[in-house]
Amino acid sequence: MSAVVLQVRNVGKSFREYGSEWRRFGSWFGMRSPNVKDHWVLRNVSFAVHAGEALGIVGQNGAGKSTLLKIITGTLGATEGSVWASGRVAAILELGMGFDPDLTGRQNSEHVAGLMGFSRAEIRTLLPQIEAFAEVGAYFDEPVRTYSSGMQMRVAFSLATASRPDVLIVDEALAVGDAYFVHKCFKRIREFRDQGTTLLIVSHDKSAVQALCDRAIMIDRGCLVADGTPQEVLDFYNALISEKENSTVRQTRQEDGTAVTVSGTGEAVVDAIWLEDAAGNRVEFVGVGDRVDLVIRVRVDSALAQLVIGYVIRDRLGQAVFGTNSYYTNQVIVDAQAGDVFEFRARFAMNLGVGTYSLSVALSSTETHLVNNYEWRDLALVFTVANTQRTTFVGMSWMHPQITISARGRADPPDATQAGIHREPGTLENRS
Amino acid sequence: MSGMFTAIWSYRHFIVSSIRNDLRSRFARSKLGATWMILQPLAQVLIYSLVLSRIMVAKLPGIDSPYAYSIYLLAGMQAWSLFSEVVTRSLTVFVENGSMLKKIVFPRVCLPVVTLGSALVNNVLLFVVMMVVFVLLGHFPVSALLWMPLLMFVTAAFSLGLGLLMGVLNVFVRDVAQFMMVVLQLWFWLTPVVYMSSIIPEGLHSAMQLNPMYWIVAAYQDVLVYQHAPDLDGLLVVMVAAFILLACSLALFRKAAPDMVDVL
Repeated sequence: MSAVVLQVRNVGKSFREYGSEWRRFGSWFGMRSPNVKDHWVLRNVSFAVHAGEALGIVGQNGAGKSTLLKIITGTLGATEGSVWASGRVAAILELGMGFDPDLTGRQNSEHVAGLMGFSRAEIRTLLPQIEAFAEVGAYFDEPVRTYSSGMQMRVAFSLATASRPDVLIVDEALAVGDAYFVHKCFKRIREFRDQGTTLLIVSHDKSAVQALCDRAIMIDRGCLVADGTPQEVLDFYNALISEKENSTVRQTRQEDGTAVTVSGTGEAVVDAIWLEDAAGNRVEFVGVGDRVDLVIRVRVDSALAQLVIGYVIRDRLGQAVFGTNSYYTNQVIVDAQAGDVFEFRARFAMNLGVGTYSLSVALSSTETHLVNNYEWRDLALVFTVANTQRTTFVGMSWMHPQITISARGRADPPDATQAGIHREPGTLENRS
Repeated sequence: MSGMFTAIWSYRHFIVSSIRNDLRSRFARSKLGATWMILQPLAQVLIYSLVLSRIMVAKLPGIDSPYAYSIYLLAGMQAWSLFSEVVTRSLTVFVENGSMLKKIVFPRVCLPVVTLGSALVNNVLLFVVMMVVFVLLGHFPVSALLWMPLLMFVTAAFSLGLGLLMGVLNVFVRDVAQFMMVVLQLWFWLTPVVYMSSIIPEGLHSAMQLNPMYWIVAAYQDVLVYQHAPDLDGLLVVMVAAFILLACSLALFRKAAPDMVDVL
């Protein structure tokens, strides 16, 4: 394994409350104060990140993520423990920080680059790159107050990532902006990682964490509660936000090493779940485009006014491909009695790309599992989609195209140089 | 402490561009731009001149210009405007830049340095305008040009020492800024800027000499109005006091800096 570039050791942060501010002033000069109230927002957090690793940090609002990032960045001091980092640490904690609305994009970039610690010579070489990456055209020399928020975000992101740092900290900054630029941002972050930058990403955007990170940690009430693959940690996170009184979150390891997370209060539980092919046989391998029935058998253990059954099909990375529930389809079960057993049957054509998929199942009282979560089960079923009968295709969805090709006479060959169009040969990305 | 100076040096370009941006953005969309910076103190001088010149002019021995009182006022204002600008802006500099302090790592000492720098630039511009006004009034204090750098230096050191001390405390107890604004108003009237020290009763003179601004303002008036060397002994005492205050403020700032981000 490559060298450790960031070492967080036993870090704790307490916001101290003094009996009076005079006692605080005294504490700077070594005076001990009798009634200091410690408010610990972070305690005993330890982890190490290696070069080129991408670590996702998840947790609810107020769990202490931002505090942790500020301590790693260095704007906030730790009350106990230590943080050690090698190389340049850059943080995108808030885009557009330090921008003056009356100055132009160029002036602001120059100024904030100085604030980030770049020398004048470095700024001179970085500025054209910032301008090129931001793609705001002539607006770069207009006051920032005339920018749309998307444009401001473009300039700010270009500036923040102008030079490749050794450790890059990204805090939910990527949620804004247009789709094109968001893609561009992710591409740049991926390139940084490929070149050896260590990433720390805090986001509520599950797909961002799953797509970018090799590992994730979860912070809850100031403590590190989970450390593992993004899928495991995000399942745990999901279960935890739906946690209520009497509810439990269990994570068990299966034989193949993957973790299954089950949470809920348990008034209703999933008894069995399977896929049936058109002939009524239980299957784990499904052909592309084949008709299947998803069957979920639910047992009610105590009387319920309302019961909603929902499911989500996820791809290998855990991203939702399709999901719905019986609330959306107006099929809510009312007045279920203890001992009742219901069978939920969803019939659909498996129009998905080749690969493995998993199913999450939720039993709740309304359309969201945040109100009454009876049971939430991740990886309740894993199945494989294989292409046996259809034409060869790539991608995550089978779109069943009707393709026709017909001859339409002859035309003069197009003169690409005259038209001034630069064409790149088409490439197909092959991600592993 | 030397770490602070190396930090300032390595961030010098940022400091310069901050000062420039500060001036630029302050007047970015006003028609008269930087003129406002000068019109305001001049208007104040004009008001005092119109209201008080009849009463005050007789008490100004040593210069025989009909504009003697206006010249006297301008000299005092030159000193006071630097002092009050540095103090008032230092008071709130950390609170105003709170979110930046929390989110970007940079030497925090840059903030008061930028404040001081932009106040000094303002003050130099005011000085240039004042010299133009003096020439128009037929007053040519040439020797002042030699003394001004020293006087501005002492004023800046004292103002920054006081401003930084109060600015740090204001982060924790916000009453400090409000309190200081009241103190500054009182202080202005306790310092002979508008009136002459000669009208103060004899018995209060020794009390007045405890006011560092008395020595600073008097030195400005000696140089700019009466065109002779200032009282160097008094100025030296003020300078030493200013340095001690500044050193204490910097020490306090270093101790308080980690706590500051916690409460901002």
